[in-house]
Amino acid sequence: MGGSYRAELMKLIKRPAMWILAGVLFTLSQVFGYLIPYVAYRGGGGSGFAAGETTAQLLADILPARLVPNTLGGFPMFAGAIALIVGALVTASEYGWHTLKTILTQRARRLSVMIGKLGVIATALLVLVVAVFAANAFWSWVVAVVEGRPAVWPSALDLAQGIGAGWLVLTTWGFVGAVLGVAFRSTSLAVGLGLVWALAIETVIRGFAGVLGSLDALQRGLPGTNAGSLVASLGAPTLDQPGGTPGVTAVVTGTHAVVVLTTYLAGLALVAFLALQRQDVR
Amino acid sequence: MDVRRSRQGRLGGDASEMNDQAIQTKDLTKVYSQETRAVDRLNLSVRRGEVYGFLGANGAGKTTTLRMLLGLVRATSGMATVMGRSPGEPDSLRRVGAMVEEPAFYPYLSGRNNLRVLVRVAGLPESRIEPSLEVVDLLERADSRYTTYSQGMRQRLGIAAALLKDPDLLILDEPTNGLDPGGVAEIRSLIRRLGSEDRTVLLSSHMLGEVQQICDRVGVVAHGRMIAEGSVEELRGREAILVRAQPLAAARAKAERLFGAARVEVSDGTLRLQTAGRDAPRITRELVLAGVAVSEIRPLERTLEDVFLELTEEGANDGR
Repeated sequence: MGGSYRAELMKLIKRPAMWILAGVLFTLSQVFGYLIPYVAYRGGGGSGFAAGETTAQLLADILPARLVPNTLGGFPMFAGAIALIVGALVTASEYGWHTLKTILTQRARRLSVMIGKLGVIATALLVLVVAVFAANAFWSWVVAVVEGRPAVWPSALDLAQGIGAGWLVLTTWGFVGAVLGVAFRSTSLAVGLGLVWALAIETVIRGFAGVLGSLDALQRGLPGTNAGSLVASLGAPTLDQPGGTPGVTAVVTGTHAVVVLTTYLAGLALVAFLALQRQDVR
Repeated sequence: MDVRRSRQGRLGGDASEMNDQAIQTKDLTKVYSQETRAVDRLNLSVRRGEVYGFLGANGAGKTTTLRMLLGLVRATSGMATVMGRSPGEPDSLRRVGAMVEEPAFYPYLSGRNNLRVLVRVAGLPESRIEPSLEVVDLLERADSRYTTYSQGMRQRLGIAAALLKDPDLLILDEPTNGLDPGGVAEIRSLIRRLGSEDRTVLLSSHMLGEVQQICDRVGVVAHGRMIAEGSVEELRGREAILVRAQPLAAARAKAERLFGAARVEVSDGTLRLQTAGRDAPRITRELVLAGVAVSEIRPLERTLEDVFLELTEEGANDGR
């Protein structure tokens, strides 16, 4: 089992597409989390930049004290989409390159192969979350120094909760991508349908949930809603609040979200394994 | 027949018989859909230490059979054992090296790193990589990206991957596909060398020349069924001699007296005698002494290709 994990880790580290995705996530997080808000703050705030947000709030959001909510704001939707692509690439590419047969004709059990893949997705996303937090911490400190504000850092517990929540959100989306990759055996289909679900369908369901009771019950069980609610519970502003980000919502409590997302992780891992176990590999 | 029950019964039952069989299948069947019966009650036996040629036209069911033997595809019914174990079990795969259809590797990795991934998966030491690359003469380009490899180098890397475990059983599916004549000769001599090392080799191919040269025994499959199995000599049939002589009736009468009527046949104005080629001088002498003019006498050799075409044509007619 450890061998499969080490093999997957090597494949992931040496794969250029993974570095491109990590670079995109990293860059988007810095640009939308710090650069644009700071430029807007220096320019006095644009009229349409963030409804109701004052320049003072713009600055407050990018100071160290707001590191956790400011970093997590983009996770439920944008970073989640990238995590989904990572998950789909890890599993679906094996079908495109027909490498699954090469792996399985060595001595690996299918369970070990899938545990290796999911383990590597979880590891890579944890590293990415920590790296984004570290980079954002650096920029928030730079802003504090440049603006002559005190650098008040979140407590270690808050930071750990933030990193844990970010990891849970991204890994859930990563596992969704992995399952779609195994189910469709095609990277393009897994990524395409996954993104349509994450970016469009969940948003539409949330939009109609207010007028249709059954959809409201449904949305409480969706990964996107729970991801958005989890980061909202840690202080990230919802879309209808000043500085809010798409995907952040406060439909369920943080505890509810953690339970649902953890259930998703376990369920998706089980589905991925069962799907691979039952497949004929051609 | 239920595959799992059959396997259990098999493993618990004739262990002694299994000892000299590297691979054995009984009524192995794979049905993909109502219209597609890829493998149909296939009975195959590969003895330990032999080089076995698995022949069949494209779509005959060879690759599906190999995939079942490696646990990649589930059998619909029937049973199979590979090195005494159920197909796909880690204990079975531990002793099996395989390349099924075209080699498949990670395009962004070098040949060496591709093998590094595989040794990690298989739980092997990295020290296995160098000897495997050396056997297929790929050390020089081992650190180049897989995408830069020629078809022949890809095939050789596929064989290197199959050799990582130093397997007792090597399963190679069309290993010379897409190779130029030089590459074919190279792979052929490599397989011959591997087969001479106390290793069992199952070679699936439709390159009949190479099979005839390399293999101890062959099995011919058509429409998913085994239609003939035996040594190359057995399949090619007994030796024969063709005689063109005048008058034909006198020649036939003399030949029948010499060999018996059952071993003499007239076809296209010639005699076909079932006897060894070394009898040709004696036949010539006897016919001439009997007043028959002999204009041609030569050994008749059926190649494996002749036999294969004959068998698969019959198989096709049976299948209709």
